[in-house]
Amino acid sequence: MFKRFVEWMDARIPMTKTWNIHLAQYPAPKNFNMWYVFGFLATIVLINQILTGVWLTMNYVPSAEGAFASVEYIMRDVEYGWLLRYMHSTGASAFFVVVYLHMFRGMMYGSYQKPRELIWLFGMFIFLVLMAEAFMGYLLPWGQMSYWGAQVIISLFGAIPVIGDDLTLWIRGDYVISGATLNRFFALHVIALPLVLVILVFLHIVALHEVGSNNPDGVDTKKPKGTVPDEEKPKFKFHERFTSKKDIVDSIPFFPYYIIKDMFGFGVFLFVFCYVIFFNPEMGGFFLEPPNFEPANPLKTPEYIAPVWYFTPFYAILRAVPDKLFGVILMFAAIVFLALLPWIDRGKVRSIRFRSVLHKLNLTVFAISFIVLGYLGTQPATPVATIFAQIFTFLYFAFFGLLWFYSKREKTKPVPERVTSK
Amino acid sequence: MKKLLIALMTLVPSLVFAAGPTVPLDEAEVDLHDKASLQRGAQLYMNYCLGCHQLQYHRYNRTFEDLGIPQELGEENLQFTGQKAGDRITNNMSTEAASNWFGTAAPDLTNVARVRGADWIYTYLRSFYTDDSRPFGVNNAVFPNVGMPHVLQELQGVPEKTYEERMIDGKMKDVYVGIKTDGSGRLSESEYDQAALDLTSFLVYMGEPMLLEQRRIGWFVFGFLLIFTLLAWFLKKEFWKDLK
Repeated sequence: MFKRFVEWMDARIPMTKTWNIHLAQYPAPKNFNMWYVFGFLATIVLINQILTGVWLTMNYVPSAEGAFASVEYIMRDVEYGWLLRYMHSTGASAFFVVVYLHMFRGMMYGSYQKPRELIWLFGMFIFLVLMAEAFMGYLLPWGQMSYWGAQVIISLFGAIPVIGDDLTLWIRGDYVISGATLNRFFALHVIALPLVLVILVFLHIVALHEVGSNNPDGVDTKKPKGTVPDEEKPKFKFHERFTSKKDIVDSIPFFPYYIIKDMFGFGVFLFVFCYVIFFNPEMGGFFLEPPNFEPANPLKTPEYIAPVWYFTPFYAILRAVPDKLFGVILMFAAIVFLALLPWIDRGKVRSIRFRSVLHKLNLTVFAISFIVLGYLGTQPATPVATIFAQIFTFLYFAFFGLLWFYSKREKTKPVPERVTSK
Repeated sequence: MKKLLIALMTLVPSLVFAAGPTVPLDEAEVDLHDKASLQRGAQLYMNYCLGCHQLQYHRYNRTFEDLGIPQELGEENLQFTGQKAGDRITNNMSTEAASNWFGTAAPDLTNVARVRGADWIYTYLRSFYTDDSRPFGVNNAVFPNVGMPHVLQELQGVPEKTYEERMIDGKMKDVYVGIKTDGSGRLSESEYDQAALDLTSFLVYMGEPMLLEQRRIGWFVFGFLLIFTLLAWFLKKEFWKDLK
C-alpha cells in the first residue's frame, strides 16, 4: 500500500529523489563536532517562530490603542497564550544565540572560504533580515522599551546627510513613532520579512548542498574523480549526483546519522530553551526588559534606553564614536566586514586547527571583543565605559585588518589529506 | 514636531519621572502558595488602591478562581464597582481628573510587579514619611516626590523619618535609618509589614497570574526532555556503532 503510494507520488513529483539527494544519500563529512548542530537548531527555532507567531497573530491587535492590551489578553485570557508568547519571545533571543554560534563556527573552521563564499553571503543576508525582523517584532508589544528603542534606532537613519530626515519620516510614516509605524512594522514582521527569511534560508541550503559541508579539519571530502581507490571509499550509497563528479571520502549519509545526532543536540538545547520559558522568561531583563511591561508613553522617556541584548555589540560600537554619522557608518561596517570575510581572509588553510598562533589569538580576541561590546551596550555610557567600548571597537575591526595582512603569507601547519578524527 | 514633543515633555510635572531607588530595598518574601496572604492582599487592594489604580488587564472571576475565593463571596466582598464577575478590574476615575488631583494619571498596576519588582513594592509601601512640603503632607523614600497620598496611613499610623547620629569621616552626621510610626495606626508595626507583604504578594500574582501553573508544567517538560534526550543519545550511539 505504502509502496504503491510512493510510486504514485514519484511518478508525479520527485519525492524519493529529493529525500535521497538531500537526506538519505547526501554525503556529510563524518567528523562534525558539536559546533555543527547550530544550523539545525536555527532551522528549528525559525519553525518555532513561524508557528507561535501565526497563533499569536490570531489574538494580537496591531494598533496603538489595542496592542499592549491585546498582548496582556494573550497572557491572561487566551488558553496557554502565555506559553505561545514566551515561546516566541524566548525564540527571538534563542535565534540570535544559535545564529551567533553558527557564524562563529564558520569563522573557526573557515567555512566561508572558497568555494563556500555564497553560502556565507546568503547567511549574512539572513542575519541582516533577522535583525530587521527582530527589531520590528520588538515594537509590537507597544511597551515603553518597544517605543523608545524603536525611536532611538530609527533616529539613527536621521544621521545620513541630505536624505536622513525624510528617510526617518518615510520609515515611521509619521513624525514620531505612532500607530502608523506599528501597522507597517506589523505587516513587515508577520509576512514580508518572514517570506524573505524563508527564501534566503532555502537558498542558503541549496548553495550548501551544491558544494557540500566543510568540516572541523577544513579538509575536502570530495576528491577529484578517479583519485580515490575503491577500498577507501565509504561503504554507503550516495546519490549519483554527488558521486558522478567527485570521489567522496570520509562521509556518511545525513540521514539517519546526523539527524539522530542533531536530535540529541536538540534535546540539550530544549533543556535551556524550556528553562527560560517556564522558569525565567525575562532572563534577568535581557530577553524581556522590565520597562516593556509598561504601555508605550510618548511623553515619558525611560531612565535609560537599551536595545535587546542581541543588538548591544553593535549599539556599543555606535556609542563608542562621538560623531553620530560616523558611528552609524562604523556600526554598519561591523556587519559589512563580516560579510566580506571570504575576501578579507586570503589564506588557503581553512580550519583554525592548522592555522597560525597569530590567527588563533586574533580570532579569540575578536570573540572576546564581541562579548565585551555586547555587555557594554547594555550599560549606561559612562566615560569609562565609553573608553572601553572604543578599545574593543578597535579590536573588533583590528581582527579584519590583521587577518587581511597576515593571511597571505601565514605560517600554517601541514594540512592532512584526509579528515583526522575517527 | 520634534520641538513640540520636547515642549510637551518639559510641561509634564517632574514628579511623573520615577527616580531610581535612593534607599536599599528590603526583601519581600513572597509565597504565591500562601492563598490566605494573597486573599488579604486582594482585600487591601480592592479597599485602598482600586479607587485610583486599575488592574484593567485582569478579570475579577479569574482572580477569585486563582486565589481560591468562591465567586459569590468575592462578588459580595471584593467588588465595589457594580461590575460583573467576568469584567476587568477597573475604576471610573478619568485621566483628566487624576491629572488635576495628583499631577498625573494614577498608573495601572496590573504589571507593576514586573516593572518594579516585589522588593521595590514592599519597601515602597513601608517608606512613606511625613513631609509638609508635599501637597499631601507625605513623601516616599523609595519614590521621592511621589504624587500619591499615604492611603494606608490609617493602618500604619503617622510615619516619620528617623535618623541616627553616626561618625562619618571624623564628623558626627545624621544618617537616615528608616521609618517609625507614632503608633496611631490600626496595625502594629509587624502587622503593617505583613499587610504590605500581602499586598505585594497580590501584585506579584497580578503580574504573572500563570506563574504557578507555568512552573508546574515546566517540571513535567523537564521530565519529558530527560527521557527524550536520553533516548536520542542511546539511539545515536546505536546508529553510530556501525561507523566504527
